Amino acid sequence: MLKRMKWPDWKNWLRTARPVQEKAHLGRRYIYILPTRHGLLFGLILIAMLIGSINYTLSLGFVLTFLLAGLGVVAMLHTWRNLAHLSLTSGKITPVFAGEPVRWHVTLEDHDQRSRYAISLRVGKGPVECCDIAPEGRTQATVTLQTRQRGWLSPGRLTVFTDFPLGLFHAWSYAQLASRCLVYPAPSENSLPLPTDTSSRGEGALQHREGDDDFSGLRTYQAGDSPKRIDWKASSRDQGLLTKQFDGQARASLWLDWHLTAGDTETRLSQLTRWVLDARDGGLSYGLRLPDLEIPPHQGESHDRRCLEALALFGL
Amino acid sequence: MMNNSLTLDPLRWLLASLALVYGLLAPHLPMWVTLLAVTAGGWRYAAKLGYIRMPRLILLLPIAAIAVVGITLSHGSLLGRDASISLLATMMALKLLESHTRRDATLLVFLAFFLSITSFLFSQSLLAGAYLLLPLTGLVGTLISVNHPVGHLPAKPKLRLAAIMLAQSAPIMLLLFLLFPRIQGPLWGVPEDAYSGMTGLSDHMSPGTISQLSRSDSPAFRVAFDGPTPEASQLYWRGPVLWNFDGASWTAGEQTRNLPTQQVTETRLPTRYTVTLEPHNRRWLFMLDLPATTPSNSTLTHDYQLLSAEPVRLRLRYDGASNLEYRLGDQLDPESRFQALQLPAEGNAKTRAMARVWEKDRSEQIVQRALSMFRDQAFRYTLSPPVLGQDSIDDFLFTTRSGFCEHYAGSFVFLMRAAGIPARVVTGYQGGEINPTDHYLMVRQADAHAWAEVWLENRGWVRVDPTAAVVPQRVESGVATALPAGEPIAPLMRADLQWLRKMYLRWDAVNNRWNQWVLGYDQQRQMALLSRLAGSQVSWQDMIIGLFATVSGAVLAIAGFMLYRKKRIDVLQGMYARFQRKLAKAGVSRHPNEGPLDFGKRAAGLLPKQAKAILDITLNYAHLRYGNIKETHQIEALRHQIRNFRP
Repeated sequence: MLKRMKWPDWKNWLRTARPVQEKAHLGRRYIYILPTRHGLLFGLILIAMLIGSINYTLSLGFVLTFLLAGLGVVAMLHTWRNLAHLSLTSGKITPVFAGEPVRWHVTLEDHDQRSRYAISLRVGKGPVECCDIAPEGRTQATVTLQTRQRGWLSPGRLTVFTDFPLGLFHAWSYAQLASRCLVYPAPSENSLPLPTDTSSRGEGALQHREGDDDFSGLRTYQAGDSPKRIDWKASSRDQGLLTKQFDGQARASLWLDWHLTAGDTETRLSQLTRWVLDARDGGLSYGLRLPDLEIPPHQGESHDRRCLEALALFGL
Repeated sequence: MMNNSLTLDPLRWLLASLALVYGLLAPHLPMWVTLLAVTAGGWRYAAKLGYIRMPRLILLLPIAAIAVVGITLSHGSLLGRDASISLLATMMALKLLESHTRRDATLLVFLAFFLSITSFLFSQSLLAGAYLLLPLTGLVGTLISVNHPVGHLPAKPKLRLAAIMLAQSAPIMLLLFLLFPRIQGPLWGVPEDAYSGMTGLSDHMSPGTISQLSRSDSPAFRVAFDGPTPEASQLYWRGPVLWNFDGASWTAGEQTRNLPTQQVTETRLPTRYTVTLEPHNRRWLFMLDLPATTPSNSTLTHDYQLLSAEPVRLRLRYDGASNLEYRLGDQLDPESRFQALQLPAEGNAKTRAMARVWEKDRSEQIVQRALSMFRDQAFRYTLSPPVLGQDSIDDFLFTTRSGFCEHYAGSFVFLMRAAGIPARVVTGYQGGEINPTDHYLMVRQADAHAWAEVWLENRGWVRVDPTAAVVPQRVESGVATALPAGEPIAPLMRADLQWLRKMYLRWDAVNNRWNQWVLGYDQQRQMALLSRLAGSQVSWQDMIIGLFATVSGAVLAIAGFMLYRKKRIDVLQGMYARFQRKLAKAGVSRHPNEGPLDFGKRAAGLLPKQAKAILDITLNYAHLRYGNIKETHQIEALRHQIRNFRP
């Protein structure tokens, strides 16, 4: 009979109390606090001390026990206050490929002229990130999320918690930040070579025109950039890894066509993504042709992004 | 990223705090336990710094077993106060060598709290209590450090936070201390050795027993008189009465338990006083000769000795009244007479011979003759007389002629008995020192004394102090003045170290108040205080309700105080929001991410006529919002400015 009754999912009731916000404010009503295991052990030790004081009639024993009892209560107030009225804002998240971890920058701010210590963040059961916040200050914390599939990824509910200062109580709150991350399809491993250039003016298909392209600047190295594009001279000058950027008109048309790929949707998209990356690394200008969308050949940062975005959001 | 391992900073705090706690206990622990603790601490620290490796568990287990054996050997058993404390201290030291995570550190902190409370079993003095604040702050700092695993928080802010938290706990502690119902302990049996180490009078007297107490200047009891303090010559504090002499020492004697009580006829209003008696693990309570009242839970024996129902193991306060002038006894019943004339069959022939010569005289004359003998012959009063032989009385009266009050009292009573006068030895304390700060009388162990009572027809039992015949200063001004220079008396009794005594007396006045109000806060006092505050009798249910109510109130007050500062910012933000609204009406809106100063400049540019006012308000706002100083009048001034602003 119990199985047939529909038990409402009471856990969801508790969890859906938070609206999605640009800037989450941990108000008074949304902070939960409970004793930790250490807190309960502390309580037991206090009881033992109290019994000992009664048995041996130690007045100073009472003083110490009651002082520690008061300390427990005060610790609860401090732990609660550590979290109260904290605000969280999400920063923009750089897109990544499926399977790579995404680094989500969350800014924590204090408005109470109070230092916050050992504030921890995590999404679900992911790794914990811990930081301090100066009075009226801002701290940026980075939460790492794993990505699995392409498309828009909402980080979901962020849990903010702390045990500071004495570890006797655990205070936590939830924040649902309005931010999402674009996840590109994972580029396929065993890739076909780039399709041949069908409408070139008689020149060899894979003619690279690196030297003729317009150099448009340097940017910081990002994972996935081709080693061919790295400015090694800058690197040898200890300026770090910088990637050269080029922007140029389409001179040859390389079309990355949906119909040139095989397999199911995801495999095709993976293949296309790999082609986009190869084309980019090769300094070629390319166009993307999908069943529902066509992007004319072009080259450069924004073109790459547009294509990858199209691939990520195909069919979604 | 957080991990659970114990880093260097919390370890430093933990070791420092533990060192302070162990420092307090070290005099009461066996030497090797302290050494083990120091070694464990040093090893752990060196291991953290990378010099040594931590010992493996298989090494620690045998060490623990050896430690348990060691404790059993040092203390005689594994049960009992000292053994339990040593066991806890040792196990904590070994745990230190096995601590790798933050949880281990937290556990050690909690155990250290418990260990701190055990130190009160040895001393609850004001100093011990005050000292304990140091390790307590350190332990709270350790917890703060343990719970701050990432980032940089220097020691001073940690210390400051620990101190603030303890200060905030103090009001709750006071309320709990006053209102938490005191249950009469002990709840279960207390180990025998819990009260070892208490000095005081014993139930027998032999040469040396009382002079031994002269080495101790620790207080025996303190007395607060209702009215003027009696003269020194009347301050005889009655203790054990000894009837039985076996040739070597005087004891109360089993057979004298059931003698009939003598009647007292008083001749003056009794003197009233309150005695605060230090625990001495015996049953006798001290009152002035001759006790007129019996405090609760005690009985008066037939020879007017006050005995409490239980051995005095805690500081005890009782009220008493005594008649300083009295007549004790009308008729001496045959049994008492027999007991009061008992002498061993053999020994001390010379004394007996001399007594037989005196026997013919009247009793009063015999007493006078004895006292004259003490006065006129070259008797000396000293703490270290020559050793007496088998015939101790003979040796003392005729050969050595030097001794302390026990010699004089004992030999006098022997002499009286040999001369046919019923007599008995009374031990107790004589005199005392008045503390000029609080005007209470302080009687120390060194004031212990022995005197005699003789039965005179028509006068009853009369007190005779043979020591007074030899050194009247003893009775008038205390032991130190009566002894010749160079005697090994306790430092605080010495006449020459005046500055030391003055300091000590002032300190003792504080100590006495501490004893009365903090340590003496028992069930009785609690009921009295609360009933007086409430105006009527309080039951323990009332106490618990009052406890919950006041503690909740205190917690709410503290919480309110802690959250107070937020309001001020809200006030400022409210005012600035009003300012923004006014400007918005004039067409100038602040962009979401624009700071107040930028906005102010922009608005001043757009509304040049009010540029000065706008910039003024903006600067003041920024100053108050982000600066450290926030005075109420400044906030009010800003409010005024904004109110008068008309774009």
